[in-house]
Amino acid sequence: MADVAETRKFIEIEVLRYRPEQDSEPFLQIFEVPFTDDMSVLQGLQYIKDYLDGSLSFRWSCRMAICGSCGMMIDGKPRLSCKTFLRDFHPGRVRVEALAHFPIERDLVIVMDDFIDKLESIKPYIIAKEPRTLEQGEYLQTPAERDVYEQFSSCINCLLCYAACPQYGLNPEFVGPGIMALLHRYNVDSRDGGAAQRMDVVNAEEGVFNCTAVGYCSEVCPKHVDPANAVNQNKTLSAKDYFLRFVTPKGGAR
Amino acid sequence: MKPAGKRSNAPIFWSLFGAGGMLAALIGPMLVFITGIAVPLGLVLPADAMSYPRMLAFAQHWIGKGFLFAVVALFLWHAGHRIYHSLHDIGIHAGMGARLACYGLAMLGTVLAAWWLLAIGF
Ligand code: SF4
Ligand code: FES
Repeated sequence: MADVAETRKFIEIEVLRYRPEQDSEPFLQIFEVPFTDDMSVLQGLQYIKDYLDGSLSFRWSCRMAICGSCGMMIDGKPRLSCKTFLRDFHPGRVRVEALAHFPIERDLVIVMDDFIDKLESIKPYIIAKEPRTLEQGEYLQTPAERDVYEQFSSCINCLLCYAACPQYGLNPEFVGPGIMALLHRYNVDSRDGGAAQRMDVVNAEEGVFNCTAVGYCSEVCPKHVDPANAVNQNKTLSAKDYFLRFVTPKGGAR
Repeated sequence: MKPAGKRSNAPIFWSLFGAGGMLAALIGPMLVFITGIAVPLGLVLPADAMSYPRMLAFAQHWIGKGFLFAVVALFLWHAGHRIYHSLHDIGIHAGMGARLACYGLAMLGTVLAAWWLLAIGF
């Protein structure tokens, strides 16, 4: 076996920098970073921050693909930097940029207000169909009823699907894939009775029909949520709601 | 929190697009084969399979009329919608103009198809 010091490997990480108080526009900066095979791109960035340039800004928290805060464009693809490994790019250089389609706040940190606003607009919590008192006990659900929404509940709000969606890139008014997955998660929950309120978001001009069935959102999702599937199901539901509101008196919004 | 916007009329166009796409997927290749390859080259089908009297009789029967109308109209709506969205995708946001051109042509084709199919008589 070779000496450990001799096998120490280096990789070039090309980072998109933008410090609004001193840079007129974003630019790429290259750092040479020593790495081991078990190091993620996030760890590479942390090395830069700790040893090479303390001013580098990026979001992270859990380091284990749970919190959803470390999404970045890595070699042009939306990925979680804690779930992407430097070894997969060696001996080449790896480019790390802020998530596409969002305004940059600073370096790799994006402004996510648009997403948060949309998240609030869909009431992302269970609106009880039949409210129960404490004495009546918990809201029960069968495993089959849970299966209907379970995959959609895995969303960690990482925004990778928004960076992947060309329609969101063209028109940020579009409600977008992740929000549709979450909206669907609550609408099809057997305990929930809030679907009619949320369908207003689906049916709106900013709603589900902006999607042109590209499907890249589901490809990049790190939690296998399949937001494209939620969008598709809601196109059908929205079309039904559109035509059936004339025949069913109580049906949906006007 | 922002309130949901105005209801979209997209379901109308999306439904026509979907119906056209389904029909095209089911019978499009077969139609291309029959009308573009088999009959002109005299393969598989008899040479007079699409002769004028046969096709006229087909178009005069109400089932034939329905079939022709559905194929012409729905294919056009499918194409119009697809082209409209593709224009948007490649960066041409002609808005109302593009919408009128794409859906207008489909509408025109639908009306003309209906008109001629009725004019041919039963
Ligand atoms: S659906 Fe997937 S890609 Fe989109 S925000 Fe949720 S976890 Fe991220
Ligand atoms: S740091 Fe939490 S998902 Fe990557």
